[in-house]
Amino acid sequence: MDAFTTHTGTAVPLRRSNVDTDQIIPAVWLKQVSRTGFEKGLFAAWREDPTFVLNDPAYEGGTILVSGPDFGTGSSREHAVWALQQHGFRVVIAARFGDIFRNNSTKMGLLPVVLPGDKVEALQSAVEADPKLEVTVDLVERQVRWADEVVPFEIDDYTRWRLMEGLDDIGLTLRHADDIAAYENGRQPWLPTTV
Amino acid sequence: MGRTLAEKVWEQHVVRRAEGEPDLLYIDLHLIHEVTSPQAFDGLRLAGRKVRRPDLTIATEDHNVPTVLGPIADPVSKTQVETLRKNAAEFGIRLHPMGDAGQGVVHIIGPQFGLTQPGMTIVCGDSHTSTHGAFGGIAFGIGTSEVEHVLATQTLPAYRPKTMAIEVSGELPVGVTAKDLILAIIAKIGTGGGQGYIVEYRGEAVRKLSMEGRMTVCNMSIEAGARAGMIAPDETTFEYLKGRPHAPQGEAWDQAVEYWKTLRTDDDAVFDKVVEIDATTLTPFVTWGTNPGQGLPLGASVPSPESFADPVERAAAERALEYMGLTAGTPLREIEVDTVFVGSCTNGRIEDLRSAAEILRGRQVKTRTLIVPGSMLVKHQAEQEGLHEVFKAAGAEWREAGCSMCLGMNPDTLQPGERSASTSNRNFEGRQGKGGRTHLVSPQVAAATAVTGRLTAPADL
Repeated sequence: MDAFTTHTGTAVPLRRSNVDTDQIIPAVWLKQVSRTGFEKGLFAAWREDPTFVLNDPAYEGGTILVSGPDFGTGSSREHAVWALQQHGFRVVIAARFGDIFRNNSTKMGLLPVVLPGDKVEALQSAVEADPKLEVTVDLVERQVRWADEVVPFEIDDYTRWRLMEGLDDIGLTLRHADDIAAYENGRQPWLPTTV
Repeated sequence: MGRTLAEKVWEQHVVRRAEGEPDLLYIDLHLIHEVTSPQAFDGLRLAGRKVRRPDLTIATEDHNVPTVLGPIADPVSKTQVETLRKNAAEFGIRLHPMGDAGQGVVHIIGPQFGLTQPGMTIVCGDSHTSTHGAFGGIAFGIGTSEVEHVLATQTLPAYRPKTMAIEVSGELPVGVTAKDLILAIIAKIGTGGGQGYIVEYRGEAVRKLSMEGRMTVCNMSIEAGARAGMIAPDETTFEYLKGRPHAPQGEAWDQAVEYWKTLRTDDDAVFDKVVEIDATTLTPFVTWGTNPGQGLPLGASVPSPESFADPVERAAAERALEYMGLTAGTPLREIEVDTVFVGSCTNGRIEDLRSAAEILRGRQVKTRTLIVPGSMLVKHQAEQEGLHEVFKAAGAEWREAGCSMCLGMNPDTLQPGERSASTSNRNFEGRQGKGGRTHLVSPQVAAATAVTGRLTAPADL
């Protein structure tokens, strides 16, 4: 995955709560066996509405999605992360995220940033007032900055390090192959196998 | 201090623990289906990696499969299913393909084979993996990157979630089911209430549930935001497991049961959060909106957005009513539906079909009614019991096994503006087909609704 240290771009305000992954990418798009081309399915149903924010030319090129609470709830489909990334988003900011979506994002280098609800709201309003507003998401300093605002966010050290280095989890885990083998030798004898 | 059930199972599976890092957790069983696995197998091939434990992995075809006999008509769906077949063959993974007697929805087949056992860690690229926690293990949904990680290493790096107890006191009244209970729980704590937690369902009403009912409850944990839900194993669990093909046998069974009996939260253990529900106050429950937390007792009316104090909830309710084509104040019992769907990993097990059949016996359906068994084994058992004849005589459609109209990846979908009463788990916009409107209900309410064409409880008939 691509490393993430700091990113400056424009933002897209999505004033909806409970943005489930079925909305981010409807199931009909999940039939592909490749990892590419999912941007066409991003918010496919909502984009049929000409007033939907992603259809507003003012927000074209936005790389930071600023959503209402409970973004990415529901289905585990990682395709939601791929669709957002392939559309050009590097960051999603919300007050709350679905656990699986949040986890999937950090595996792919899409940064989920949790900010307090009033700060999300303030950022949405600032972007609506000036769609070209520059927003910086700084993983090194753990801050989101726009205009005169500096808002800290929390992320655990390990995930931050992995994102900043762009490290592949599998490679990291395989360094502990001996530990895995040792564990396997001590597993309870009655545990089932599928054979 | 004592430990919770979740803590006991977690600790048992820690392969490696280091300061400042997530635990490396061993995975006892990895379930695979066609939708979330192709890119993971591609990743393995690209990196020249193997599947570490094909013997702890099992695959089935469920999301795309048609529920009428015949080949898959959609070429894209067909390619996805064929890709799973190729991958399973190449990496040596047991697969239950369409037409196989063991095929079915991934969360139905694990328990029915006896592969889902107490104290295990189970994952799948599917959020309803929480179902398996009904046996007292930790089971949760993962994305495709993690599917690849488990295939390659049989482990996952993860921080242990916080623990939540949902204490359900008293007994469920007659006519109130596990589905009503979980819908009421989600309405109470909200779709984000369980974020960051493993939920343990406890209390008298939970202990009295059958394994099917427990699976229904744990299945929808994710709809309350919790990746995993679990219930301590007891005699009901052991009774369900005994004699199943992959359950331990002979001496191993006795050993296993002895261990399984230790899998309960210690009396002095402390949960990070406790939620209390009084089962005796519950009635049949339905959803009116577009997230599973937007639910009410069937006796209620469509709520007014103004009744929500929180502005975010108010805006969500406004939007939901518009999408659902509902007017505030309409009694829920007056809502007419076009389609009834009985099935899915939430309510596609034999007990669900029996309860729907009991209501449909000797009656006629007024709406299109799809009865989709969760697996071919469920289908076979239902046919042995003659349930299919009851459904057909009532005018319902008796189908082959699969995910079907739960998410409409196969041809079973709603048309724009159509309304369903559905025993599935998600009422999201467009979930059952673009523009479709979904009301989540129990199998009993689904069957009664099919008879009247309006949202109906069996007691109303």
